[in-house]
Amino acid sequence: MYAHPERLVTTSWLHDNLGKPGLVVVESDEDVLLYDTGHIPGSVKVDWHTELNDQVTRDYVDPEAFAALMSRKGIARDDTVIIYGDKNNWWAAYALWVFTLFGHPDVRLLDGGRTAWLAEGRPTSTEVPTRPATDYPVVSRSDAPIRAFKDDVLAHLGRPLVDVRSPQEYTGERTHMPDYPDEGALRGGHIPGAASVPWARAAAEDGRFKTRNELAAIYTEEQGLKPDDDIIAYCRIGERSSHTWFVLTHLLGYTRVRNYDGSWTEWGNAVRVPIVKGPERGGTG
Amino acid sequence: MTALPDGAPNGGPVANGDLPARLAEVVEEFGALTEPDRLQLLLEFSRELPDLPARLAADRGRMEPVPECQAPVFLAVEVDGGTVHLFFDAPPESPTTRGFAGVLHQGLDGATVEEVLAVPVDVPHRLGLDRAVSPLRLRGMDGMLARIKRQVRRQSGLS
Repeated sequence: MYAHPERLVTTSWLHDNLGKPGLVVVESDEDVLLYDTGHIPGSVKVDWHTELNDQVTRDYVDPEAFAALMSRKGIARDDTVIIYGDKNNWWAAYALWVFTLFGHPDVRLLDGGRTAWLAEGRPTSTEVPTRPATDYPVVSRSDAPIRAFKDDVLAHLGRPLVDVRSPQEYTGERTHMPDYPDEGALRGGHIPGAASVPWARAAAEDGRFKTRNELAAIYTEEQGLKPDDDIIAYCRIGERSSHTWFVLTHLLGYTRVRNYDGSWTEWGNAVRVPIVKGPERGGTG
Repeated sequence: MTALPDGAPNGGPVANGDLPARLAEVVEEFGALTEPDRLQLLLEFSRELPDLPARLAADRGRMEPVPECQAPVFLAVEVDGGTVHLFFDAPPESPTTRGFAGVLHQGLDGATVEEVLAVPVDVPHRLGLDRAVSPLRLRGMDGMLARIKRQVRRQSGLS
């Protein structure tokens, strides 16, 4: 039993509850065309790049823009939002984290994401639903509890940091994911003291999350992270670390986890921030 | 041309006279559409990407990976009497990458060696997709084009 089991729904639960009033399904993918090839019937698409990110400043949209987005998608403040997506729910977890910045009360992930839904032969549709616009309130974004900026990380050195990138990115052998495009970091390595716990260790072979006991064995026992530790997770642009943020916060019930969304594309380009190369944690971690 | 792609450098006019005829047609087809329709057109290209011929499907080791893409994609180039033939293998769960491959296949398969080598490197950014698809995702197409040109050069004894 996860710490906050209501944050995760199964494919069969969602299938049984599709179309119920007050429930909105959101698909959030890396691939911008995937939704159009067929999606969970009735689901709406939210694109992380064009809709959740501000198009000028490197930041998320502001409260007015988020309210306008929710209204346009037909999502009300008291709706239950179920998010799913491709690539092990990376962008789905990222969208969930952004919804959380705005304090949307009931937002959940579909365990296993798009892959699990399709693998089970569940229905899909290419019809884009037209949901009536809602009157979503303009709610101020509350970054501090779950979001860390570069200065926060500098002040945090010596306390727990979790680097969720691949081992090659951690050591500095490369600056981007294997088989992924380089998003441009001038330096390779990791933040001093960061533990290397690649995000995928939280996923079972079928893409669903591991059980609570399996997760506790990794994060609590092996890594020695305590449930009330002040923890910052990061990756390259903040999407894979959203996945780990979800695991620590909602599945294991850790209370003080922040995601550093600037991540390596900021740290690896910043002037004079400390970096450790190689497999050792370094620093005071 | 009447409508300019949003991705035109400096918002200025884009001349596609420097492209092989079929590729120029594809670029102008995108340019004539609104942004949402361009995405639908890219989806059509992803559906139209031909399957690999059996000889390549059975021998994927002959195909070159394209690590610039956000999805596992492989390409093969064959030069036959000065004519270039292109083959792509990209999974259906990555329609954007398949779409880029489809555009290059439609625009360049059957072109001459000279035509392919003369394709300007900014072509992926003439499709007007930079905002909707993001320049980063378009790097995958940059990578495919660069790899195609490199293989054509090598197979033609030009490098």
